[in-house]
Amino acid sequence: MTSLLDSLLKYEMIIALLWVGLVMYVSHLISRYLTRNRMPGVAIAIGLGLFFAYFGGSKGVADHPLLAGMAVIGGSMMRDFSIVSTAMGASISEIRKAGGRAILSLFVGILAAFVFGVVSGLSMGYADPVSLATIGAGACTFIVGPVTGTALGASSEVIAISIATGVIKTIFVTILTPLLARRIGLDNPQTAMAYGGIIGTTSGVAAGLAATDARLVPYGALTATFYTGMGCLLCPSVLFFLLRALLA
Amino acid sequence: MKIYGVAVLSLCFLTGQLLGEWLGRMFDFNGNIGGVGFAMLLLIIFGDWMKRRGWIDTESESGIRFWSGMYIPVVVAMASTQHVKAALQGGWLAVVAGVGGTLFCFLLIPLLAPKRDHDRGSSNDKP
Repeated sequence: MTSLLDSLLKYEMIIALLWVGLVMYVSHLISRYLTRNRMPGVAIAIGLGLFFAYFGGSKGVADHPLLAGMAVIGGSMMRDFSIVSTAMGASISEIRKAGGRAILSLFVGILAAFVFGVVSGLSMGYADPVSLATIGAGACTFIVGPVTGTALGASSEVIAISIATGVIKTIFVTILTPLLARRIGLDNPQTAMAYGGIIGTTSGVAAGLAATDARLVPYGALTATFYTGMGCLLCPSVLFFLLRALLA
Repeated sequence: MKIYGVAVLSLCFLTGQLLGEWLGRMFDFNGNIGGVGFAMLLLIIFGDWMKRRGWIDTESESGIRFWSGMYIPVVVAMASTQHVKAALQGGWLAVVAGVGGTLFCFLLIPLLAPKRDHDRGSSNDKP
């Protein structure tokens, strides 16, 4: 039996695709039946990924020969390529219609999350600008963190922390949005666009708005779509250099 | 054909990364500065421009859509291949930055939301 399974080892990438598909499916079941769709399946799937990685070594689950293909699919080339492809859904004319306040909210949101992440990292003993920028970027979204970390050459554990930060943010946004909606005046399209731009984590914004008022989802998603791109642009460049200059 | 869309995506990706690498060298830093962001910006502008001219049809676009549909599974695979055991001592940092950063951002939303006359007082009285 083992030798029969071993014969599949050469198809490592295909095995990894099957594995990721199963993880996604289980996560959506957990989301639907254990949290009644309150927690986005996406956040659960990424959390589950981090959980499984704990049982591996420096390469997470890819240290197991059967799952070695995970390093191919989850490698930085595939990741960056698929992230860039999501920009196709964003339209310039839509964001132009949304107006200056929506665009301003993107800058404010990215800067605020980055600064908060950097200050948290500083207070917990990190001092090098590359690690701090990666953690600050992770406070934006679970994508901006690892993209920034890889671009700047951060260590795998700092990247893992930045992913975890982004996942916690997504879950927290989902829970907090319906609770705080009234206090922040989240009941109209304009505020929903500002909210999407400031919070930015697309899955959290969509799930949070769906739990608040489903009609607001497209407005929040409109600005949130641009957040990841702007974050990947600003964090490893302007914000990193500002941080490095401040720390020097 | 789907490959046309994928080829456009690849062109934007490579151009963006090249720009990022070039900027890295300009600033004397051994890394890629904003390459992914530049690539996304290029795809938004270039893709929009080609679509308006009718150079990208829905069939070509579906090639790009496939990759954007693979984005979350790829991120799950990425999360699964990190050195989580070593990162665990920084676990509290993730909680502090994730929860605190989110709260901080929520406090900023009323500042950028449009002002309304009837509740001008109540929307700004949060600590």
